Amino acid sequence: MSAQKSILYPLVAVLVLILIPVIGVKLGLSYFFAVVVPYAAFIIFFGGILCKVINWARSPVPFRITTTCGQEKSFDWVKHNKFDNPFTNGQVAVRMALEVLCFRSLFRNLKMELRDGPKLSYGSAKWLWLGALAFHWSFFIILLRHMRFFAQPVPGFVDMLQNVDGFFELGLPQLFVTDAVIVAALTYLFLRRVVVPQLRYISLPSDYFPLFLLFGLVLSGIGMRYFFRVDIVKVKELAMSLVTLKPTVPEGIGALFYVHLFMLSVLFAYFPFSKLTHMAGVFLSPTRNLANNSRYKRHVNPWDYPVKVHTYEEYEEEFREKMKEVGLPVEKE
Amino acid sequence: MADVPKPEELAKIDHTPPETPWMETPTVFKDGMWCYGAKPQNLEAVGMPNPREWSPKDEDWKLPDDWKEIVLDGMKDRLGRFRSFKLFMDICVRCGACADKCHYFIGSGDPKNMPVLRAELLRSVYRKNFTLGGKLFKKVAGARDLTMDVFKEWWYYFFQCSECRRCSVFCPYGIDTAEITMMGRELINLLGCNIDWIQAPVANCYRTGNHLGIQPHAYVSMIEFFCDEIEDVTGVRVNPTFNRKGAEILFITPSGDVFADPGTYTAMGYLMLFHYLESMGLDITWSTYASEGGNFGFFTSHEMAKRLNAKMYAEAKRLGVKWILGGECGHMWRVVHQYMDTFNGPPDFLEEPVSPITGTKFEHAKSTKMVHICEFTADLIRHNKLKLDPSRNDNLVVTYHDSCNPSRGMGFFEEPRYIIKNVCNNFYEMPSNTIREETFCCGSGAGLNAGENLELRMRGGFPRANAVKHVHEKHGVNMLACICAIDRAALPTLMDYWVPDVEVTGVHELVGNALILDGEKKRTTDLRGEPLPGMEDIEDEDL
Repeated sequence: MSAQKSILYPLVAVLVLILIPVIGVKLGLSYFFAVVVPYAAFIIFFGGILCKVINWARSPVPFRITTTCGQEKSFDWVKHNKFDNPFTNGQVAVRMALEVLCFRSLFRNLKMELRDGPKLSYGSAKWLWLGALAFHWSFFIILLRHMRFFAQPVPGFVDMLQNVDGFFELGLPQLFVTDAVIVAALTYLFLRRVVVPQLRYISLPSDYFPLFLLFGLVLSGIGMRYFFRVDIVKVKELAMSLVTLKPTVPEGIGALFYVHLFMLSVLFAYFPFSKLTHMAGVFLSPTRNLANNSRYKRHVNPWDYPVKVHTYEEYEEEFREKMKEVGLPVEKE
Repeated sequence: MADVPKPEELAKIDHTPPETPWMETPTVFKDGMWCYGAKPQNLEAVGMPNPREWSPKDEDWKLPDDWKEIVLDGMKDRLGRFRSFKLFMDICVRCGACADKCHYFIGSGDPKNMPVLRAELLRSVYRKNFTLGGKLFKKVAGARDLTMDVFKEWWYYFFQCSECRRCSVFCPYGIDTAEITMMGRELINLLGCNIDWIQAPVANCYRTGNHLGIQPHAYVSMIEFFCDEIEDVTGVRVNPTFNRKGAEILFITPSGDVFADPGTYTAMGYLMLFHYLESMGLDITWSTYASEGGNFGFFTSHEMAKRLNAKMYAEAKRLGVKWILGGECGHMWRVVHQYMDTFNGPPDFLEEPVSPITGTKFEHAKSTKMVHICEFTADLIRHNKLKLDPSRNDNLVVTYHDSCNPSRGMGFFEEPRYIIKNVCNNFYEMPSNTIREETFCCGSGAGLNAGENLELRMRGGFPRANAVKHVHEKHGVNMLACICAIDRAALPTLMDYWVPDVEVTGVHELVGNALILDGEKKRTTDLRGEPLPGMEDIEDEDL
């Protein structure tokens, strides 16, 4: 599929998805979009992820295939790189934490350049790391900030988070740093796919689709907060009714809110069937989550089976005379 | 064999992908980039399917009628047996971090050599047959049918990957293309489509105990020839033993070390070290049955790897040794370190390895009970057990190539460096992004060290060679040390091509040169017969 189509199809799909709740609410289907869709998406999300993880976990890890990115544990006098080449499960936990929270591996990223000579060089290339980190962390913080809609009273840490996030005290309502960061990060992640020829070449519609969905989600959220205010009290009323499983839909929440909620719902429902499952998958990755101690402790393959081997007896049977000629000891004379 | 373009020509690499999307870009087999197909007798020798005369260039690969079913069933089976495979099919986000990490992509510019696309070759078929999205949305979901062209594309590109795992270091989810390629090759082997450069060593190893098909009497006489050479250089006669029951340690090294230069000099280094330690209590034997450290089965299938690897423990048990010492080899050590105990253990008939010279317990190898010779030697040096004269390597300016498998499948960086720094006076590292866990493959690993694919090898080895060239020009490096038999076979050709004044050595050749044997004569040459520094004239008199 051409790059143009790979971008266009998901773009059109997301635009259509934006229109659906707008039209739907006009047609008086607000209950459907405020209650049925979010519940369904929520169930698909958790159920789907659970199924996915169980499905992965059902396939065993027959071999200990750690990717070692530092010196292994050997002698006392050799410095062991504990977190890039863990030996104990505790060290694995640190490695995984660094991977999940700090994107350790992506931090290693380099950019190869070929110059005349020929001369290859490898420059540091931290933009992808930075962009990915910026996106994921701001998304996470924004998600936490949204807790204020789902809890009464609002938990202290949410208030604190909100204060920190708004520390610039710019504008009214106060600008959240994460709002700016996530838009910048998404823009970067989108542009690199379009601009870098190799990335454009490998990108599938399923790489652009979640990006556009996220744009839709984030921009509708930002729109509601800074430009087209919706009735925040009613939004909270709805949110609380949803979490308490007594859904009631207040009248007169702006259409933009429905777009926001629908984008989120689609994202949630799409999640388990897409590459976004990397969120759960990274924890199961055998090259990262196993200690490199396979000579120290035997790793068992649950489906191991006996194989046909060429035994020493068969070997000697074939070569006995030749072995005797050069004085090699034999079992049978 | 296709002609390889001149280095200046080859270095003109365009990394821009073509206009047509990759699924619509047909794969053309370019001469010099692929290997000959497995010969029927080599498949038959180990009971592998579909033995027949065929060539990858043929239109008809003579596959069974139900080939598609065999491949898809094979895929399903492996998805159920390997979490790595299933997970890596699902979670790639195509961030592209891996793209320019692959030496074959760097050297060829072919986008299907980007690790992400190499995996997509398989993933696209996975999606079509095993995911709902792929079944529903087909091409839009990045899915495609398994066709003969797709199968051939797999073949072409899974034999353009040396399973070096460099991409896996950079992947945020640790997706390991080696796993993908191994699965791809297993599927290919279900239809008897291995390359002969892998299949012949597999068949040989199964029968004779080593890849090169060296029979026991020849193995012994080859090593005896090294003993003569050592005697010529040092005046000392070393007396290795073979298949000796009751020895304390079994020594296993890749057969490449006994077969071809410069590996042979490394073998001579082992022999001298063992002789040196004999009077200090080393009781070691070689084996003709387990005469292969390497494992080309590993490039074929997990099952074949296990079948060939079985000889190590079997021979250790038969001879009644206490533990196993392993020579310098790359993928051998990946298999020994990460697979052997699982494949063929537990070796409860062996004991926890202890150095008979220093008393050091190799605690970290207490289950597998096999120790790397560089660990063994580094420990000896650390305990001052070796008399060394590093000045005998003063004609050399050395750099060290980390072999892929011990680097990324073990984390073996310091011990070989420690040895080199103790036996050589001139040592320089290559740039940091080309060594240790970021090391570049020789370009010929995972069974791709054939003659007919020379262009692929020179392209794949380009990043490694380019880093050598850098230290060659900057520091006058003239010797590239490594701990891998495939490196020792492949790198000399690579150096000839890209950096003509650099030679290749194993670490234990350097040890052999520096090691002062009891009762040795004044050495005038190194193990290669080259005059030692300051001895250029004396050598003439000797002759």
